[in-house]
Amino acid sequence: MATSLTKTGGTDIERKVEPAGLDFGRAWEYAPAPEASDHVKIDPKYGLFIGGRWVSPRSGKYFQTISPSTEQVLAEVAEANAQDVDDAVTAARDAYDKYWSKLKAADRAKYVFRISRAIQEKARELAIVESMDGGKPIKESRDVDVPLAAAHFFYHAGWADKLAYAFQGRKARPLGVAGQIIPWNFPLLMAAWKLAPALACGNTVVLKPAETTPLTALLLAKIIEEAELPPGVVNIVTGAGETGAAVASHPDVNKVAFTGSTDVGKRIQRALAGTTKRLTLELGGKAANIVFADAPLDQAVEGIINGIYFNQGHVCCAGSRLLVEESVHDVLVRKLRDRMQTLRLGDPLDKNTDVGAINSKAQLERIRELVASGEEEGAERFSAPVKLPEKGFWFPPTFFTNASQSCRIAREEIFGPVLTVMTFRTPDEAIEKANNTMYGLSAGVWTDKGSKLFMLATKLKAGVIWGNTFNKFDPSSPFGGYKESGFGREGGRQGLAAYLEVE
Amino acid sequence: MVEKKRTETATANAEAPARSSGDAPLAKTWTTQKARVSVAKAYKMFVGGAFVRSESGRYFQVQGARGSDADPDPETVNVPRGSRKDVRDAVLVAKNALGGWEKRTAFNRGQILYRLAEVMESRRPELVQSLVRSGLAEVAAAAEVDASIDRAVFYAGFSDKYFSLLASSNPVAGPHFNFSVPESMGVIGVVAPERPSLLGLVSTVLPVVTGGNTCVAIASAADPRTAIVWSECVATSDMPGGVINVITGHAKELSPHLAKHREVIGIDAWIVDADLRRTVESEGADNVKRVKTHVPMDAEGWLDERTGQGLGWIERFLETKTVWHPVGV
Repeated sequence: MATSLTKTGGTDIERKVEPAGLDFGRAWEYAPAPEASDHVKIDPKYGLFIGGRWVSPRSGKYFQTISPSTEQVLAEVAEANAQDVDDAVTAARDAYDKYWSKLKAADRAKYVFRISRAIQEKARELAIVESMDGGKPIKESRDVDVPLAAAHFFYHAGWADKLAYAFQGRKARPLGVAGQIIPWNFPLLMAAWKLAPALACGNTVVLKPAETTPLTALLLAKIIEEAELPPGVVNIVTGAGETGAAVASHPDVNKVAFTGSTDVGKRIQRALAGTTKRLTLELGGKAANIVFADAPLDQAVEGIINGIYFNQGHVCCAGSRLLVEESVHDVLVRKLRDRMQTLRLGDPLDKNTDVGAINSKAQLERIRELVASGEEEGAERFSAPVKLPEKGFWFPPTFFTNASQSCRIAREEIFGPVLTVMTFRTPDEAIEKANNTMYGLSAGVWTDKGSKLFMLATKLKAGVIWGNTFNKFDPSSPFGGYKESGFGREGGRQGLAAYLEVE
Repeated sequence: MVEKKRTETATANAEAPARSSGDAPLAKTWTTQKARVSVAKAYKMFVGGAFVRSESGRYFQVQGARGSDADPDPETVNVPRGSRKDVRDAVLVAKNALGGWEKRTAFNRGQILYRLAEVMESRRPELVQSLVRSGLAEVAAAAEVDASIDRAVFYAGFSDKYFSLLASSNPVAGPHFNFSVPESMGVIGVVAPERPSLLGLVSTVLPVVTGGNTCVAIASAADPRTAIVWSECVATSDMPGGVINVITGHAKELSPHLAKHREVIGIDAWIVDADLRRTVESEGADNVKRVKTHVPMDAEGWLDERTGQGLGWIERFLETKTVWHPVGV
């Protein structure tokens, strides 16, 4: 059936839409295949990692982190207040002055290599905890998050003693203490994206993980402790927004790196006005995923699914606006619906799970609110026929058709498994619509024609363009946004500039 | 020259005593020694390739000594005092000029910048004269103009080089072809330093446009005339209209508007006043603007090739775009 819907020679597209052929009912049900988690040790209570030691918070407060798939409490985690943050920054400053800036670059490299190796050694444990604490499917944490985190440390470790080659003819020196604030969608991977370049470039760090997903960052702190890094080179302070604000606004922080929402990013940028702090921001997105009629449609469908339902759509660069050339709209939507019959939603620790739990109740409510607005504004909703577990936070993979560009679901970042499908007739219209957003993090283009792809790649105002693929990441490949998706790059040679003063 | 003028004035006043002790003395010397009555220039802002007055109708006055006896300018000159709307109009013009400018080949942009250097060289005496009018000694004025022309040549030659210095092919761990290229950001706002009025403007504007951006610059209020004379060089080079726009007025009034404007994606502001720098940084956050503020350098800093120019000047208003494509049959 699939072949009859794609090209029938030349550029003619079979427009006729066949009736449903993939309603397999119970035939898709698999026996549970849970990843064993009995070997994983989560402490009942975690302190703050400051100056190489685990300390109780001066605030005296702890908060609970739960599994979004079961709502069970996993651990209690310290809530750092401004005093705790001050301790952490002081420790980072001392470590910078006494150890890290005095160390030979080649030795600095070896410490960062050690972290990478230990992540590989503890990979399965990290993947399991990541899935428990964040709700993402184990196949993603195991095959994407953790290996990429290890790769990021490995890649950047090698730069430590080669910075003179990175900016030839110019002098580069570290900035000092970096304050880093990371989100809950890729907790360990974002910690790696932040820590690896900062450390390799010779800075010391105070890192604040997201309050709903602190566990893997704390396991990473253990790895750093076991790797015997000089005390205070990496400090990890857990907490919510206030803790983050204390990190960003601390007067002895030389550099602030933030990944998160555009709203908070703007607030940080404003708060830093009048200081000499360096800032990089990796913010929201509303990426266009553009499918031309000449594209390999079956591959495009895989790319669309991966683009929006990967990590429950909790991805800043998610392909959340699907722009389809009008002539293949019906065919593509049909294929998309069929493919969505096969998505398995459920236990994140099950190795067959495609779509896990929504990260938090608050996020689930935001998704529901935006989806409701889409229905109110007259867009047509389709949700995959999945059975949602009773406990935990869940949302079925969903897409909207008949949505206009002015709909909230077409403009605002949903950060959930919700796709908005729109059409275009000419390449110019596709470019116009794709660029018609305040964001500019990523974009996808699906076409069989190389020249068309590169023309679009040039004209799309986005930091990452995926041609006939989507959601690919690599430490050697710079990632970051245009416009209100932020500034600065992470990864690659270009990413080093975020942690260096280059003359 | 200033000395001489003062003497003349004193003599003139002595010859024409005030009618009564309460009257103001004659403000100007009036002589009939000149061979002809000169034609003074009305100074106008440079927007979209045209010379325009402020839509507000406002002006401010610049005092200055004559550059030479042949200088047609009077000692007091009216200059348009740009408004918020002038800034907004200029941003629109710059936005519209963007597509054409970034589409040009790097080679072509280099040729145009070199042409600008040629025109500046041929108008060297006029630029020097304008700086002298603003109070610079002849030697200092000449040095500033020379450095400004050389800076234009520097960036002319850089336009087709920075790309290969900043781009990369990235060895990702998978069957993908992956590369990163620098790309222009869009409309950049420049708040030029008060001094050096010419070299400061040239050093800030040229790297921005070399990178394929268009710009709206707020010229030095201490010496707006030289910025306008330089704009005449831009107008007679092959620079497309709207790529470089120069607004005259008060930075304190105009730079917050530039910082607030959502079509402006970056700002390079050289401002002495710390409060104003903070305002620009804070307003810029509204659209996550790439705000670069600086405490202005001294003249030596601008003249020095190591501190006054370089790849970093172009790089700070460039984005990095990364493109992925699968490799396979």
